[in-house]
Amino acid sequence: MSLIIDRRLNGKKKSTVNRQRFLKRYRHHVKAAVQDAIDQRSITDVDSGSDVTIPRKDLSEPFFHHAQGGHCGHVHPGNHEFHRGDRIQRPPGGDGQGSGAGQTSDGGEGADEFVFQINRDEFLEYLFDDLELPNLLRKELKDSTDYQLKRAGFSTAGSPDRLNIVRSLRAAHARRIALSGKDRKVIRTLKRQLRAMEVSPDPADQQQATALREEIKSLNKKLKRLPFIDDFDLRFNNMTKVPQPSSKAVMFCVMDVSGSMTQEIKDMAKRFFLLLYLFLERNYEAVEVVFIRHHSEARECDEHDFFYARETGGTIVSKALLLTHDIIERRYPPSQWNIYIAQASDGDNWGEDSTKCYDIILDKLLPVCQYFAYVEITDLHHQNLWYEYATIAESYPDHFAMQHIHSYSDIYPTFRRLFEKKEGTHVGR
Amino acid sequence: MLAAEAPESHTIRRKQPLSTGSEWTFELLDLYDREFARLADKFRLDTYPNQIEVISSEQMLDAYSSVGMPLMYNHWSYGKTFLNNQQNYQRGRMGLAYEIVINSNPCIAYLMEENTMPMQALVIAHACYGHNSFFKGNYLFRQWTDASAIIDYLLFAKHYIAQCEEKHGVSAVEEMLDACHALMNQGVNRYVRPAPVSAEQEQARLREREAYIQRNLNDLWRTIPVSEQSQSHQDERFPKDPEENLLYFIEKNAPLLETWQREIIRIVRKVAQYFYPQRQTQVMNEGWATFWHYHLMHEMYDEGLITEGFILEFLHSHSSVVFQPAFDDPRYSGINPYALGFNIFRDIRRICEQPTEEDREWFPDLAGSDWLDAVHFAMKNFKDEGFILQYLSPRVMRDMRLFSIDDNDINPYLEVDAIHDEQGYRQLRENLAALYNLGNREPNIQVYDVDVRGDRSLTLRHYLHQNRPLDRDSTHELLKHLHRLWGFDVKLDSVDQDNIVQYTFITKSTGSKEQVKVTSKKRINR
Repeated sequence: MSLIIDRRLNGKKKSTVNRQRFLKRYRHHVKAAVQDAIDQRSITDVDSGSDVTIPRKDLSEPFFHHAQGGHCGHVHPGNHEFHRGDRIQRPPGGDGQGSGAGQTSDGGEGADEFVFQINRDEFLEYLFDDLELPNLLRKELKDSTDYQLKRAGFSTAGSPDRLNIVRSLRAAHARRIALSGKDRKVIRTLKRQLRAMEVSPDPADQQQATALREEIKSLNKKLKRLPFIDDFDLRFNNMTKVPQPSSKAVMFCVMDVSGSMTQEIKDMAKRFFLLLYLFLERNYEAVEVVFIRHHSEARECDEHDFFYARETGGTIVSKALLLTHDIIERRYPPSQWNIYIAQASDGDNWGEDSTKCYDIILDKLLPVCQYFAYVEITDLHHQNLWYEYATIAESYPDHFAMQHIHSYSDIYPTFRRLFEKKEGTHVGR
Repeated sequence: MLAAEAPESHTIRRKQPLSTGSEWTFELLDLYDREFARLADKFRLDTYPNQIEVISSEQMLDAYSSVGMPLMYNHWSYGKTFLNNQQNYQRGRMGLAYEIVINSNPCIAYLMEENTMPMQALVIAHACYGHNSFFKGNYLFRQWTDASAIIDYLLFAKHYIAQCEEKHGVSAVEEMLDACHALMNQGVNRYVRPAPVSAEQEQARLREREAYIQRNLNDLWRTIPVSEQSQSHQDERFPKDPEENLLYFIEKNAPLLETWQREIIRIVRKVAQYFYPQRQTQVMNEGWATFWHYHLMHEMYDEGLITEGFILEFLHSHSSVVFQPAFDDPRYSGINPYALGFNIFRDIRRICEQPTEEDREWFPDLAGSDWLDAVHFAMKNFKDEGFILQYLSPRVMRDMRLFSIDDNDINPYLEVDAIHDEQGYRQLRENLAALYNLGNREPNIQVYDVDVRGDRSLTLRHYLHQNRPLDRDSTHELLKHLHRLWGFDVKLDSVDQDNIVQYTFITKSTGSKEQVKVTSKKRINR
């Protein structure tokens, strides 16, 4: 008799492990595909899945088989014109008709490329693989809310769920030994006397023996009255709260939205920040992001305004930097926060302002922040700002980095360069 | 199975169709299955008990990618197959197979929930009674596989490999599996029948085998100087006789492998051996199953158990299953095993029931005999090669308009050496049968010699069959895999009929990298 089973509710993801193994094995192919995808996407769909294409020959699993050549036969169906002895031109390349039924073809399919999809999470994972925030330090916090419970020996008071049974029983045992010591000594002496009497029986001893037995009995009773476990035997696991140093971090995104920034440059800047934002959002739960956009005035705004609103005007970079400093002073004391600043602009700035920027960064920002990343997006020659910044980069290579972006395809590599994992500097999050 | 059931109990229902709509339910599946079981019994189809599992298309994709088995160890190549199938399925380039059936006891068959009732019925007839009776009846399966043990064994294999991954790292295990999978086709015993696998025995023997292998190896690779007398044996080749099962040889003799690595080779070997009969009986197996779904469904229709619409839908899918495009059709990709097998089985019945003069001459024993006996005999006692050689009739060759081409690379042209006519029938039939001989299809590669006292290098021989060369790229890759398993240099000689080496592939270890060099004594025929 047949058995009919409904297996539809069983697990569907049996192949997940194999799929992951496959992705891992072809990691570099997937990474390349992700980079291609990020170059071509519009800003709104940077974070979605992607197609990955791998040349089929890279994937083939070898097995022993014959190549073309030698002497072999083929049988095909559907003859309508051939007769015995007909000679046919050998098809060029040896493919096609010649490789008929008798042979197994590589992979069974003609397509040269193997295409599959990865989902959003996998896409982002490959996108931000091996990236990290540089110089991230654990900052000690006085008013830390982050505690960890640690064991700290045993105590005689506590809640029942912390009761340590072994310790408690051991204490009870010790107490029973200590309190009963004298009585047990007496019992032992009495028993010895009793045995001596039994060895040399004497009618006169009869009465004394009974008395001795009585005494032993009463002493034993007394011993039994000792409580097996008492309140002060109880031992509890003791836990204490240890404040945890936490690594809070804030990222300032500073973007120039002035009139000199063309729509294309703005798009590139936004894309850079979007990558940064996705990276932070994905890897650091506790990272706060502050968006600052500026032209001749600087303003803090929310994520939506930052990426989508339009504005024009002149450019005064120092105002944005001052605003950054202002916000740091008000909300993010450097003793508690890891501070990161990323700035994007086309390099255009109001005349004398660049030296001012130099001073602000050097005196006010660099001492408090972990890392300052500057990207300049321009096809033109560098202006004042770049050269001022370049001198900073020279003197503080670990904390100040700058990169130049020419086109869309530079964005992702530049982003990677700025946030690459650096050996030895990793402190942990 | 249903022999006890009296046929009278069905006579009442006979005029009434089992169902009319296209939706299936579990009750209906059960009802159809009972009817098929009754009919199968009538036609003496002896089957393992059936376990019919209804699954979703995602689960079907999962099953697809682990070579059809319900459980399998993890390997990236299954992930690759999965992604490939998933992509093709989602883009509508590929319909999923309607069913997967597993040679086990009980025989597990998967039905997809998306199928309509006629499709489910077709699949039950095809898989649960067609394939199932083939697995139980065909001599190759009876001799070479143990249907009751395979699931247990796969469970053992999966656990063992998972343990190895934990102990030795995923990448080390993956490397082993890559190498073993590449040599899978060279990991079967073709002539010596291996003991059927059994999970419990495997567990018990594991330790024993470990000790034994180590002892034997130590003898083989002894470096302590030997006495004069025993040195006379040195001239003998090791192994004495060439060994066709490369994986077996490596498992037992490779000097540097650890025990777990040997065990992994063994697992891959056992799996390969399990699938070996299936590779040799594709035409017969599919032909048999198709033949029976065709007959069982018609039987149901004749009894009035299924409606006209039902049989039309069935015929539609049936004809697409046995569709054989002609060689010049863009859809052509070789001979369709379903079509060929189905045609031959159906022709056996025709020869028995309505023999022509030609049939009497070609199949004197068959003409006019009992067709049921004839098809059962054919199913039980042949593999593809012999089956075609024995039963391919002139009528089928004419109907399929088969023709044979002789492809010899010393000629600048291809020659048609036989077509479906009086002079060609025998030649054509022999040629077609030869194509299904795995011995011709796969290169014949054997372990020839090991330099036991010297550099421990391994020499393989490829015996050229009709001068067909090995594919260079894949052979290079394979030699690298072999080198990884063997641990020392590996050489592959291609020799012709006169044992003259035509060309050679060699790996040379330079540090951790293997390189393969090819030397050729003769111009390799392109």
